[in-house]
Amino acid sequence: MAGDAELRRTVISARDLVKTYGDFNAVDGISFDVPAGESFGLLGPNGAGKSTTMRMIGGVTQRTSGRLDIMGLDPESQGPEVRAHLGVVPQQDNLDEELRVRDNLIVYGRYFGLPRAYLMRRADELLAFAQLEDKAKARVDSLSGGMKRRLTIARSLINDPKILLLDEPTTGLDPQARHVLWDRLFRLKEQGVTLVLTTHYMDEAEQLCDRLIVVDKGKIMAEGSPAALIREHSSREVLEVRFGTDRNAAVAPRLDGAGDRIEVLPDRVLVYTEDGEGSLEQIRARGLHPITSLVRRASLEDVFLRLTGRSLVE
Amino acid sequence: MSEDRHTELLVAHAPEVSAAKARRWGAFYFTEHMLRGMRAYLVTIVVTSVGNPLLYLFSMGVGLASIVDRNPSAHFGGVGYLAYAAPALLVSSAVMTCANEMMFPVMDGFKWRRIYYGPHVTPLVPGQLAAGHVMAVGVRLVVQCTVFFLIVLAFGAAMSPAAWLLIPAGVLSGLAVGTPLMAYAASIQKENFQFSMIQRFIIMPLFLFSGTFYPLETMPSAMQWIGWISPLWHGNELGRFVAIGLTEPAWLVAVHVLYLAALCVFGILWARRNYTKRMGA
Repeated sequence: MAGDAELRRTVISARDLVKTYGDFNAVDGISFDVPAGESFGLLGPNGAGKSTTMRMIGGVTQRTSGRLDIMGLDPESQGPEVRAHLGVVPQQDNLDEELRVRDNLIVYGRYFGLPRAYLMRRADELLAFAQLEDKAKARVDSLSGGMKRRLTIARSLINDPKILLLDEPTTGLDPQARHVLWDRLFRLKEQGVTLVLTTHYMDEAEQLCDRLIVVDKGKIMAEGSPAALIREHSSREVLEVRFGTDRNAAVAPRLDGAGDRIEVLPDRVLVYTEDGEGSLEQIRARGLHPITSLVRRASLEDVFLRLTGRSLVE
Repeated sequence: MSEDRHTELLVAHAPEVSAAKARRWGAFYFTEHMLRGMRAYLVTIVVTSVGNPLLYLFSMGVGLASIVDRNPSAHFGGVGYLAYAAPALLVSSAVMTCANEMMFPVMDGFKWRRIYYGPHVTPLVPGQLAAGHVMAVGVRLVVQCTVFFLIVLAFGAAMSPAAWLLIPAGVLSGLAVGTPLMAYAASIQKENFQFSMIQRFIIMPLFLFSGTFYPLETMPSAMQWIGWISPLWHGNELGRFVAIGLTEPAWLVAVHVLYLAALCVFGILWARRNYTKRMGA
């Protein structure tokens, strides 16, 4: 486990980072610091600028302006040196399907100049970590989506990186596969690996991130721990009620006072409240009978909705 | 494991060492990856490497040559037709293989299977991927040309002691056509049958009009320019010069070599530029 001084050291520092494509600002002046050992998330909808930020950290996309410092190095001028410190899990798997599972790890390790003898041993360790030992000689195209993702994560660890960048690591996976992946990532975090991940899944951010930034249209909308963001921008609970798509908006004014705040969505009305069951009782007492109702704990989805007026996954 | 060996592995493992090694050897690492990938279709490679020359040389040696050699007015550099055609067939087969390896696999790397994007986030840079790809295809061409050459020898169609130079001549000719195609393939976003068009309307006419089967001078003078600009004609002539001692002025031999080498250099530089532009770093 890393020591306290090591943990406090900033490993990624971004200042006024801008990336422009033509007249479109994909990343529009964002700044953040990531200390060693932290699990840091970029939460936002598709097109928010998360992946572009990740690519700039890896030095594979040149920034338009701003400063970026990775382990004391500038990824733009010292790309190979920066990437030698990183493990990267891309949004889209790019395993080589013409190679066997274990060979994918070995050829990837060669890119870091690692000796073959070392890689043989390391590949076996990583296959065990990814629970793929029995697939070592399988063809990649015979693996399930979850297995491919685990292999991609195993591949990203071949150089024993201190920083792991994960771009939407569980998108497209079924719930069980997601939980297996989260478990593996949590183990890495326990080993002191700095995790930087983008996601548009609120539960993923809440599970994995110590701290996150909410990004929309290339700008940081909020920053903090998941719990602090929920505390700051939402209520403890949310009551979701449905009166029918054509009635929700009409009924909403009659819900005033049932909670701290009311949000009308096309398919449902959200009542932000400290006591969901109590608010539902109040609504029923007013003679309103929703078709369905659900009381849940507030999530980062609510934070995003509050900050931007839009849903995260649209 | 001994303590020394363990320390050596740890040193090799440090990021700064990784980066330094990648800067120096990165292209070779990608070559290694591509050659491992070629093992997946090794049977196809072996069958085409052996089958192609056998088919060509049988049809030329047993078939066409037996007719052509009976014609006393036919002039093929003072040698039998098989010996005349064999060097050009070796060079042509290298060109066709290289053209294939430099089009579809490039699109595969960028778009279909995206395998370039794996090493892209390691210490390698895009120019090294282009160079590594070229070297891997070069290795395949050396193997293919060597097999072809051995079969030419078995057919008794290589007269000169320098005939083994057919192997580098074939590799050079293949890369002279292949590397510009690689650069082109790296520049297109979508494959709308451009590669098939290139094969049908560039590679095949080059094969037919580059003095492969008969001397360029026997074509109408209005069409001979195709041969002069064709890398395949320069490769064919170079192949004949080394394999059967075709009489060529020294300056023309130098032109053949320089023209092919210049195309390779141009193709590699253009490809490196396009890879870097496309991959964004």
